[in-house]
Amino acid sequence: MGVPAVEIDHVSKHFRLYNDRHSSLKERIIHPGRSAYADLTALDDVNFSVGAGETVGVMGRNGSGKSTLLKCVCGVLQPTTGKILVRGSLAGLLELGAGFQIELSGRDNIYLNGSMLGLSRKEVDRAFDSIVEFSELGQFIDTQVKFYSSGMYVRLGFAIAVNVDPDILVIDEVLAVGDEQFQAKCLERIRTFQEEGRTILFVSHNADQIRAICDRAVVLSHGAVLADATPGEAVRAFREHLGDVPEGDELAAPNRQLRASKRVEILGVDVVGGAKLHTGDPLNLRVGLWSDAAITAGMVLEIHRLNGELLVRTDPDAEGATIEVPEGECVVTVDAGIFDVLDGAYQVNVGMVGPHGDVIFDWKECAASLEVTYEGRASGMLAMAPRVAVEPRP
Amino acid sequence: MLEASAEPRPARLPPEQRQVRVVSARSSVRHRLVELWRTRELLVHLTRSDIKVKYKNSALGLLWSMVAPLMQLAIFWLVFGFILKNGYPNFVIFLFAGLIVWNFFQGSLMTSTGIIVERAGIVKKVSFPREILPLSTVGAQIFYFSMQAVALVAVFLILQQSPDWSLIWLLIPAMAALLALAAGFSVLLSAINVKLRDTHHLVEVLLQLWFWLTPIVYPYEKISAKLHEWHIAWLYLANPVTPIVLTFQRVLYPHLVVTSTVTPPPVPPTLPVLPTWAPSTYALLDAALFVIGVALLVIAVAVFGRLEGNFAEEL
Repeated sequence: MGVPAVEIDHVSKHFRLYNDRHSSLKERIIHPGRSAYADLTALDDVNFSVGAGETVGVMGRNGSGKSTLLKCVCGVLQPTTGKILVRGSLAGLLELGAGFQIELSGRDNIYLNGSMLGLSRKEVDRAFDSIVEFSELGQFIDTQVKFYSSGMYVRLGFAIAVNVDPDILVIDEVLAVGDEQFQAKCLERIRTFQEEGRTILFVSHNADQIRAICDRAVVLSHGAVLADATPGEAVRAFREHLGDVPEGDELAAPNRQLRASKRVEILGVDVVGGAKLHTGDPLNLRVGLWSDAAITAGMVLEIHRLNGELLVRTDPDAEGATIEVPEGECVVTVDAGIFDVLDGAYQVNVGMVGPHGDVIFDWKECAASLEVTYEGRASGMLAMAPRVAVEPRP
Repeated sequence: MLEASAEPRPARLPPEQRQVRVVSARSSVRHRLVELWRTRELLVHLTRSDIKVKYKNSALGLLWSMVAPLMQLAIFWLVFGFILKNGYPNFVIFLFAGLIVWNFFQGSLMTSTGIIVERAGIVKKVSFPREILPLSTVGAQIFYFSMQAVALVAVFLILQQSPDWSLIWLLIPAMAALLALAAGFSVLLSAINVKLRDTHHLVEVLLQLWFWLTPIVYPYEKISAKLHEWHIAWLYLANPVTPIVLTFQRVLYPHLVVTSTVTPPPVPPTLPVLPTWAPSTYALLDAALFVIGVALLVIAVAVFGRLEGNFAEEL
C-alpha cells in the first residue's frame, strides 16, 4: 500500500458531560469550579491506518465512537491525546449540506461550500458543471436553497463533496439518505473514486454495503477497536459481539438486554453431504442449538458471495422458518431446497431471532461455506435451463 | 455523460508528495496563522455571503446599511448641534468622522462575539479554521465602512467642505490600527463567549460605556483640561479607539480651534477641538496601536486555539 493516507496514532478523546453546566458568569461565581461532570471516553487509544487507495469501513453501535473518530479525522474535533496524520486533501461528508446558507442560491452555496472544502474559486469554476449535472438541479441552481426539497438539498451536498476532487473522502452514514436511484448513483461514484486510486473512510450500519464497497473494515466498541480485518471478518465480529439485527440497522437498548441473557445459542452448522456441491444439488444444513428454556424462535439464513454480494436473506417469520426450540441441546435440520446457482464460493450466515425479528438470540457470521461447481456452459449467477418449444398452430 | 463534460482533472500527486496535515490536541499559534492565511479565500466568501444574506429579500437591500448610521448621525447632530447648540461649525462632519470609526469597531465586536454559537451547525460539522468566522464579521464591517465613506463624501460635497488633504495619509495607519484591534477583540471574544455566554450581553453593555468614553460626540479638547487637572489624561488616552478617532477627526475636520457659531459677533469665543499634536504624533500613536492590535490578534488566536478543543462539548 505504500505510504498510508491516514494514520490514526493512539487517539483518545474524552468528553466532559456536564450534569448542570454553569456557563453563565453568575453561576460560575456562585459555584466556582464546581460544575459536576461525567467523563466520557468516546475514543480509547484507537490506532490504525488507512493506506492510500484503500477503502476502509468503520462499524459500531450508536455511541461507539464512529462519528467522533471521523470528526477527528476531518479536523472538526481535536483528539485529547494522540494525533492523526492526513496525507493529501480531504473532503469530509459528516452531514450533507452542513455549510449551506439557506438564504443563498444553489450557485452561491456551491462556491461557499467549495471554499469550505478547500477549493479555490477557479477550481470551483472548473467543477461547477459537473456539480450541477450530478445534483440534477439544472434550472433550480439559482433558486434559494431554502426552497429546495430535502432530496435536492442532499443531492447538492453530495454533488459538491464528490466533485471537489479530494485525495481522501470521509463519509459518515450520509448514503442512507436520498432515493434508491440517487443512492445507486452515489455508490457508482464511490466505485469510480476507488478506481481512481482515492482513499475512502466510510461509516455505515449496513453490513451489505460494507461488504460490497470496503477493502477492510474496523469495528469500534465503546471507543476501542474491536476488530480490524477483512469486511467479512469484521462484519462477523460486529454481529457476534454486538448483536446486530439482520437488517443491518441498529435497534436501541432493549435488544441488548435480551441479548445479554442469551437464551438460544448456535453451537455449530454443518452442510449435509459436505461443503462441495454441484449446481442443482439440494442444500441441507444441520444446526446445533442450545437453549436455556423452551422458546419459539425463527431462523434466518443469509448467503452471500465472497465479494460481499448478498444472494438471499430469508424471512424468519415465513412459514416453516419458525421452530419450537426445546430446553437444552438439539439439532435442527434445514432443508433449503435446490441451491440453483452457478459455480462459485458462498458463505452462509445463520441467525436465531425472536418472533418478528425484534430480538436476536444468536447470530453466526460465516457459519458455513459452500463451494459450488458447475459443468455446463451457461454463465452468470443463477442456474436456469429454459425449455424451448414451438407453439402448435391453432 | 458526466465524465465527458468535465474537464480533465489535474494529475494526482503520488501519496508521498502530498501535503501532510496533523490533527492533535494542540496546534501552535504559528500553525494556526499559516492555516488562516491558506484559507483566506474562504474568508472572502464568508464575508460576501454574510452581507448577501443580511439584505436578501429586502427591497432597499444594501441601502439599509447606510440608513441606520445616517439616522444615528442625524440624531446626534440634532441633539448636540441644534438643541444643545454647542457652536461647532459643520459639526456633522466632526460627528461623522468619529462615528464611522466607532460603527466599525462596535459592529465588529457585537456580531463576532456571538458568531461561533450562532454558527454552531457548521462549526460542528465542517472543518476549517474557526477564527475565520469572527474575522468574516470584521470583513463585513469593512464593506459597511465603505458604504458610510461614500455617504461621508456626499456630506463633504453638500457642505462644500474638504478634509485636510496634506494629512490624508494619516488615515492609513489609523485604519490599519482599527482593523488589527477589531480583529483581535473579535477573535478573542467569540471564543470566550462559547464558554461564558454572558460575554455577549456584557460586551453589549460595555460598548455603550465605551462609546461615551471616546471623544466622538464631544471634542477631546472640551474635557482635556479637566483630565489633566485630575491626572487621568493618560488613562483616557489608554482607550485604544480614542487615538484612532482623533486621527480621523484631525484629517476630516481640519480645525484645531474653531469660532463658535452660536454667540453673535463682535467677539464670538473660540472653541478648542483637537490636541495640537504634530501629525507625526498621530502617526506614531496609530502605529503603536497597530502593533498592539497585531499582538492582541496573535494572543487571541492562541486563546482561541486553547478554547477550540472544547467547542464541541460546549455548543
